[in-house]
Amino acid sequence: MRNIFLFIRRYFNFIFFLALQVLALSFLFRYNKFHEAAAMGVASEITGSINDRYNTVEYYFKLKKANEVLVKENVSLREMLRSNYQPADTSSRIVVDSIRVDSLKPYQKYTYLDARVVGSFVTTQTNFFTLHRGSNQGVAVDMAVIGSRGIVGRVVNVSNNFATVMSMISRQFKVDGKLKGSEERGSVSWDGVNPRFVQMRNIPKNIKVNKGDSVLTSDLSSIFPPNILIGTVDTAISDPSTNFLNLRLRTATNFSTIQYVYVVQNKQMEEQTALEKATRKTNE
Amino acid sequence: MSDLVKNTIRFIVFILVQVFVLHKIPPLHQFVVPYLYFLYILWLPFNMGRTWLMVVAFLFGLSLDYFLVTPGLHAAACVFIAYIRPFLVNLLIRQEGAEQSYGAPSPASMGWAPYSVFVLVLTVLHHGYLVFLEWMQFGNFWYFLGKVFATTAVSLLLILITELLFYRKERYRTNAV
Repeated sequence: MRNIFLFIRRYFNFIFFLALQVLALSFLFRYNKFHEAAAMGVASEITGSINDRYNTVEYYFKLKKANEVLVKENVSLREMLRSNYQPADTSSRIVVDSIRVDSLKPYQKYTYLDARVVGSFVTTQTNFFTLHRGSNQGVAVDMAVIGSRGIVGRVVNVSNNFATVMSMISRQFKVDGKLKGSEERGSVSWDGVNPRFVQMRNIPKNIKVNKGDSVLTSDLSSIFPPNILIGTVDTAISDPSTNFLNLRLRTATNFSTIQYVYVVQNKQMEEQTALEKATRKTNE
Repeated sequence: MSDLVKNTIRFIVFILVQVFVLHKIPPLHQFVVPYLYFLYILWLPFNMGRTWLMVVAFLFGLSLDYFLVTPGLHAAACVFIAYIRPFLVNLLIRQEGAEQSYGAPSPASMGWAPYSVFVLVLTVLHHGYLVFLEWMQFGNFWYFLGKVFATTAVSLLLILITELLFYRKERYRTNAV
């Protein structure tokens, strides 16, 4: 017994060093797998409020660019207004539904929430944003985050007033994309090299791909609404060992200048995941 | 200023500079991440016990981790260099008793050459461990080598600039030894 105490006293520093290492590494691996860590909620409230203060300064420098982007988005939305289109067929007439129920409402699948980006990093291998919106405002884990130009990321942590978003230029991020036109699907992820480019895999070689083709989110993704721009094709590299092409996409969103984003909630996601889980259970 | 106040202020300043200045620099290359924050651990006083050194390093790394949303990554690397630091100080100290006569490691207290070796070794170890943890999750061997090399070069440049800008006058403590 005495020897054990002597041993511990003699090697106390080394044992303490090992204990701290194990603690730190368990934090790291746990977070990489499940995106949760001790005191993450409290910590993100504090770092979020400091980020918010810093952002009030940074905000002015990016204001011009943010305005331009918002104006462009407004223009494209205005072009979609119904009043801009004139029906050519004059024989059609408007029928008023006699049941006074807003028939559109129950089918709204996605709801949007605007949020300000208060902290962002693009220099590491796993990049995150901090949004000034949290569970008090209705943000939950696994909601989609899109910018005015294209997709941005996915919510991974939520505290009362802040949320952290794993951005598309993060090595753990994956999204299901499709080529506009041919509707060919493939998975999009980032290889960690250049924050302006992401990679798309599993496009068959017989599909014709041109530079500048748009890649949109596919209808399979339960998190992202379909047909949101991911990026445009920059180069297509044919992999000689497989039958597939590797596409290099230029991201639609410029991650270093982004100011405002929309948090998207899929209202039927719970139902969908519950059904899929039940199906998987019956198959086992 | 007492050591405690000085080091508390340094703690906050190093974290803020790393998060809001160095990590806001637009990415130059995938290998280059400008790290300076670990200089805080190199500047801690000689008379701190190894246990306390590791505790402070852990808290310091973890607070950076919460800003960058990588819980544990920098904390592990900081604890590692805090554990190695006393061995190096014992090896490199120039004259008998400099540990007692001076407050903290600096070019003035250790001499330029030993201090450079001290900084170089700890920088390489810190980046090596940090990138190794990243490499285990993803990446290949050339990524590991390139990133350790490039990041170390950038860090050494930043440390040199910091040492020249903020020259620390180390008082000679006459009542010691």
